[in-house]
Amino acid sequence: MSLVSSRVDHAEASSKFIEAKDHADFHDQRLWDLRKKRDAVSEAMPEWEELRSLASAIKEHTLTHLGDYLEEFEKNAVANGMVVHWARDAAEHNQIVFEILEAHRATVLVKSKSMLTDECEMRPFLENRGIEIVETDLGERIQQLDDEPPSHIVVPAVHKLRTDVAEVFGRTIGTDPKNHDVPYLAESQRRHTRPYYLKAQAGMTGANFAVAETGSFVVCTNEGNADLSTNLPALHIASIGIEKLIPKIEHLGVFVRMLSRSALGSPITQITSHFRAPRPGTEMHVVLVDNGRSERLGMEDFWYSLKCIRCGACMNTCPVYRRSGGLSYGSTYSGPIGVIIDPTFNLRKYSSLPFASTLNGSCTSVCPVKINIHEQIYKWRQVIAERHQLPMAKREAMRVAGKILASPKLYRAAVEAAAAGLDRLPRFMVYNPFNAWGRQREVPASPPSTFRQWYLKNRGKKRGGAR
Amino acid sequence: MSSRELILGRVRRNQPAWRALPAIPNFDRPLADPLAAFGAALARMGGTLVEAPPPDQLDVFIRARFAKARVICSAAWEVEGTRRIEAVRHPAELEDVDVAVVRAVFGVAETGSVWLSESEFGVNALGFLAQHLVVLLDPQAIVADLHHAYRHPGFRTARYAALMTGPSATADIEGVLIRGAQGIRTMTVIAAPERGARRVRAPSS
Repeated sequence: MSLVSSRVDHAEASSKFIEAKDHADFHDQRLWDLRKKRDAVSEAMPEWEELRSLASAIKEHTLTHLGDYLEEFEKNAVANGMVVHWARDAAEHNQIVFEILEAHRATVLVKSKSMLTDECEMRPFLENRGIEIVETDLGERIQQLDDEPPSHIVVPAVHKLRTDVAEVFGRTIGTDPKNHDVPYLAESQRRHTRPYYLKAQAGMTGANFAVAETGSFVVCTNEGNADLSTNLPALHIASIGIEKLIPKIEHLGVFVRMLSRSALGSPITQITSHFRAPRPGTEMHVVLVDNGRSERLGMEDFWYSLKCIRCGACMNTCPVYRRSGGLSYGSTYSGPIGVIIDPTFNLRKYSSLPFASTLNGSCTSVCPVKINIHEQIYKWRQVIAERHQLPMAKREAMRVAGKILASPKLYRAAVEAAAAGLDRLPRFMVYNPFNAWGRQREVPASPPSTFRQWYLKNRGKKRGGAR
Repeated sequence: MSSRELILGRVRRNQPAWRALPAIPNFDRPLADPLAAFGAALARMGGTLVEAPPPDQLDVFIRARFAKARVICSAAWEVEGTRRIEAVRHPAELEDVDVAVVRAVFGVAETGSVWLSESEFGVNALGFLAQHLVVLLDPQAIVADLHHAYRHPGFRTARYAALMTGPSATADIEGVLIRGAQGIRTMTVIAAPERGARRVRAPSS
């Protein structure tokens, strides 16, 4: 996470995203399509809800015994022939990776997608030290070539249309910028990337799961890039957040069954790779990264976010995320899971994010490990208000709202006035830059009477008159 | 203090109160035809299941399916191909392979996956640098679901093991599905029973 802590203005950034209507509409539909695919495959499994409960319980057990499982993983990984490093923060992680590369005189690194390395902002650190890094996941590569961070943790370039990709590739890898045929673009990236697997001295991955009892780790991918990155160069470095631990191999059955179903609606990723020991004559290094995780573990309301398996289901279902785009969150982790993780990195910088939610709870109900995401969002709002991190306009609005909501008389007067007002006000009074609720949508027509007026007329007498 | 001690210390200080580890139940349900279920699941992931020719016809069968292939590199003893994996010294030598042939240890009916480790690949990169992959799978060696798959002892002994399920794929541009992302472009699984003990090949030099 950046140390520069200028406050992210999610609403402002979203308004720019929404201005490009064709992009915004496509983004919304594409992610909703992923949500529907997830529904179809999960509803086809009678044990889906039982698997969610198991996954949640396994993760909670592991996190409450994390110290022991980390030591067990380390012991077994070392016995298997891996080298295990520990990084307290992003800076130490980046330094460790650089030193490993330097010791091997590695100048070209092929890398599969890892949110952790994005979180650590590793790429600029290594590039400044003369390492050429090739992101090999197609979406991540598009974002690297366009000098933008990923906007989604599973589909990094989901906010781009094929014409955008054609423009980026035309500018960077020499394709025809006018040809936006998707198979042509994908094939071009394949041909551009494959020679790097042969010439790179090092390959890098993240990990979806690290298994304590075997000292092995698992990488779930679709493109073949992770297995090319690790099975050709003589050096494999894996960056693993300490929350990725699970106790036993048998637990992979639960998590692997749920991960890709939740993410993309497919029963499994095309390739699920299990790394237990280096190939003879090569080295395998694991960097176990804390970077705020051990502190989050001690936050009574928020430690559950460490159960996350990074499937992205909460993002795909979130109406705010779908209509605002991942980049508007200003962080590696966007959408509902980002909203509850990001403030642990920097409360001030990310204080607007917990308000980027309708609290509809859809994120919670699709989460394969049952993180109570929307409840945590609500709790973050309280923390932010208590610590005076609310922006002025919101603070003033809340102060006035607080007064009105505290007095039944004031409340009734306000509701009646608003209902009457909406119908009589000229359009420019409702749809103007000062009314956030009138932006990008039509405000519904106000009903003929307020609920209280309706209640008093229809029910009031029977119940002896509500006051 | 080392980072290791610092992290473990903070983790232990902050660990929430003890929560129990649940047992994983069996989710077994009757599976009338494991091979058919496997084939249907594989097809959804873009792979193809085919019936086996007579055992001595495997080479001919593969050549006929990939008529334009110049290099067929086999790590399965039943198939000769044009290049034996035992002759490969460095993974980069596999760059020109059109078709790779391997024998899987087992398949998973739930997902259409096949289990392959360094013993089956000979050189792991074979399964990813080749343009096409042909997998021999014994129809008797199909487990019902991933819970059964993860009971296989191979996960505890293999340095590297992959559950491969169809060709490499991507949908990173507008959700348009492309089969043949960066690894194999097609996966063909031949339902070929494994006969007798494996013949041991001496590494050629």
